[in-house]
Amino acid sequence: MSAEKKRDFQIVNHSVPRRDGPAKVTGKAVYVSDVKLPAMAYAKVLRSPYAHAKIVSIDSAKAAARPGVYAVLTSNDLTGLNLYYGHAVKDHPLIAVDKVRYAGEPVAAVVAQDERTAFEALEFIDVKYDELKAVLTPKEALDKGAALLHERTFEAGALRGFEGEVAAGRGSNICQESHLKWGDVEAAFARAAAVVEGEYYFPMAYAYAMEPYVAIAEVSDNGVTIYSSAQHPFMVRHDLTTVFKLPVSQIRLIVPFVGGGYGSKSYTKIEPLVAACAWKAQRPVKLQLSVEEAMLTTRSDDALTWMRTAVDAHGKIIARQARIYMNTGAYAENSPLVCEKATNRTVGPYSIPNVQIDTYSVYTNTVPASSYRGFGCAQVTMAGESQIDELATKIGKDPYEFRLANVAKPGEEFFPKMRPFDGTLKQDLEIAAKALDWQQTPPKGHGKSIGCSTSDAGAYPLTSTVIRVHADSSVSILTGSTELGQGSHTVIPQIVAEELGVPFEKVRVVASDTAITPYDRSTGASRTTTLMGRAVLEASREAIEQMVRMAAELLKIKTDAIEVVRGGVRCGEARLTWSEIISRYYGLPDGEVIGRAYIRKAGDFSKPPVFWETACTGVEISVDEETGLIRVEKLATVGDVGLAINPALAEGQDIGAATMGMGVGLFEELVYEGPQLVNGSILDYRVPRFSDMPRQVEMHLVENQDGVGPYGAKGGGEASLNSMPSNIANALYNATGVRIRRVPLTPEKVWRALKERQ
Amino acid sequence: MKLSFLLNGRPTEVDCEAQETLAEVLRARLDLTGTKVSCEVQVCGACTVLVDGLPVSACTLLAYEVRDRSVLTVEGLARPDGSLHPIQQAFIDEFAFQCGFCTPGMIMATKALLDDNPKPTDDEIIHFMDGNICRCTGYVPIVRAIKRAAAQIQQEKGK
Repeated sequence: MSAEKKRDFQIVNHSVPRRDGPAKVTGKAVYVSDVKLPAMAYAKVLRSPYAHAKIVSIDSAKAAARPGVYAVLTSNDLTGLNLYYGHAVKDHPLIAVDKVRYAGEPVAAVVAQDERTAFEALEFIDVKYDELKAVLTPKEALDKGAALLHERTFEAGALRGFEGEVAAGRGSNICQESHLKWGDVEAAFARAAAVVEGEYYFPMAYAYAMEPYVAIAEVSDNGVTIYSSAQHPFMVRHDLTTVFKLPVSQIRLIVPFVGGGYGSKSYTKIEPLVAACAWKAQRPVKLQLSVEEAMLTTRSDDALTWMRTAVDAHGKIIARQARIYMNTGAYAENSPLVCEKATNRTVGPYSIPNVQIDTYSVYTNTVPASSYRGFGCAQVTMAGESQIDELATKIGKDPYEFRLANVAKPGEEFFPKMRPFDGTLKQDLEIAAKALDWQQTPPKGHGKSIGCSTSDAGAYPLTSTVIRVHADSSVSILTGSTELGQGSHTVIPQIVAEELGVPFEKVRVVASDTAITPYDRSTGASRTTTLMGRAVLEASREAIEQMVRMAAELLKIKTDAIEVVRGGVRCGEARLTWSEIISRYYGLPDGEVIGRAYIRKAGDFSKPPVFWETACTGVEISVDEETGLIRVEKLATVGDVGLAINPALAEGQDIGAATMGMGVGLFEELVYEGPQLVNGSILDYRVPRFSDMPRQVEMHLVENQDGVGPYGAKGGGEASLNSMPSNIANALYNATGVRIRRVPLTPEKVWRALKERQ
Repeated sequence: MKLSFLLNGRPTEVDCEAQETLAEVLRARLDLTGTKVSCEVQVCGACTVLVDGLPVSACTLLAYEVRDRSVLTVEGLARPDGSLHPIQQAFIDEFAFQCGFCTPGMIMATKALLDDNPKPTDDEIIHFMDGNICRCTGYVPIVRAIKRAAAQIQQEKGK
């Protein structure tokens, strides 16, 4: 797809202002939290105080009798619905059935005329529990005789998207396992010149999308309509077809602007519950979670990784082995896929001949874990990139030079059976090193680090689109890709405007309504620019082909005598714009031409992954040895994006992801004390603020047009997170000689480690 | 109870209950949904509005506190002719938002800053804005937008 040269672009590869700019700066942008339907009622949720307990009885009569209450929903009265859903494993009841598996699990919901009435009725629901022993960590959950969260096996979700068998419910708390092996690891470690080995921890993190989960459902003779803050409306639709036993055509998901996702709004969350409320109450129902409730809905998998890596006498990495325990919480959600992705991503962006990775995703009585920006990769890159630095130090090499010598090369099949590497890591690393003045020794108390990662990204390639060219040459794009802030609704029309040669302003995006927009599997895994971008490019070209045939008919010439020019066609002296072709073809200044495209796992997309999402980040930190406080002083991001359709948006994704990674590196962590989450509020869960911002920031994009997306584009937006936590740990070592293998590197942890050193 | 106040320059009267917050009254009763609610504990700044010119978290301010006072929300920022305020334009020009959920609060906090301190330094911007959280941008483009808006406002004043 990279026939076009970079300099030829008119609209693509330019930092066109965001399409949603005026709406978002004036307060007119509509999010689901802003939507109000006629006769809408409001739901509130009663949550379990216990981490693990049998539900002995629920008496909701008093609550139901309160004035203004329309319905109380419990698992007792949902006959007719299929209560269990899950795109990977159907283990998740839309409301607790017979037992609760984590503190905060929905047990009942009240639907009332307003939120306050619903909230006040919750305390009139009488639930009797019989508490069970809870398991809170993978270690506890895998102990012999540990209490089981799930006693039965489950059906696999139809859209699991991972290759492994469902392991959930087979008599242990293992939710899923994933194993990867090539070469002979034991033999390689036996002949290694040097080996490093260690145990690393990446915490439970909360994505904190500032708009908490929200959905509105309406159930009528036409089926179920839901407005939701979901990233993947089509996958939510699939789950709802099973809950309501309805055909696909009768479930409609509408997603307006979404107030942040970062993976946390991937897949089905509260939609089955709110739809069941609407079904029971027989009126539209809105369920708006608070941030505290959102924190009890989804988090990242935390991961404990044992890893060892070996080099030969020439400084070439010859083997890596890891065993990873991921804490998936009470329900599978997307963790089976996170488990598989973490396994693949543990290899890192390196060419390693002997690999063995064994990953276990384990059920515990904690908040369900699911996708979190770059899923799986951040968790294991913490271990992998720490270990690269440790190994370089051990053999007396500069960590940057050591990386240069070992990273996968362009076109190399560094991961067996996968797409050959489509990035240029050497170039990326060099840019990061230059940005940090790598050869310059930092001042006392400062340390530097450069890290990199690559992910098998793009998820499953199934995407379709329609573009409608109207008789005035304006265009409507029907796209299922949601606008989470990443800028998809700017990038997609840029591609169409470029292809059709029409002004960007004349291209409108109609988005994310499953009743109208064609199927798009998901908006995640950094896939939209590559897959939806490619789809709208192909649909534009298909529309052009049709209009060329129409022009040939109008001009009474053969199609091959027609040349496509910007905004229309030419044949000798004759020129026709798209508008003239359509109007003359139909005999009225109206009508349209419809271009379509279907992307599937074939052709350019037959070999996984869709692309390797690749990036480098570099930091210089300062360490206050008195207090243990680390500050990131300087940050460099290098996104290996093939071609940036909109460079400002691509850079914005990189720095946003890097900042999130910095947060986990320095202070973000959900903390459990016993079965209770103790920092489940933004008062207590610390995220980066203005004052944490590095004072020197350099953002770079590497554009070699080496992706399978439009004009050689590849996705970005997750990768700059991955190497940030390890960068901070490596830079701390560089500054102080102290190695910490558990993030976040809070002042207390750093201070204690510095004390121990002395 | 009846609540009278000046909202975006217009005298406004609305029925509300004593326990309602300003954010609830603005969003649910007056359909001004530009003011966003996120943390509900006054730490994220998404709901920032100006009361008599000073930034306030509408999520935790009881509505009756604004009786007979002047409230400015993001909906009231554009010029009478509908053109964008220089702060709004600067946020667009500098790509200073992504999802946009923090943006109304961020813009109102910026308004309060620049009204008080028309030429803030980087340190002053960071100090003043530290009560507004953004999860998307890493803050860097927001600081650029604030500086751009400040310069633009100065330039317009000079004319």
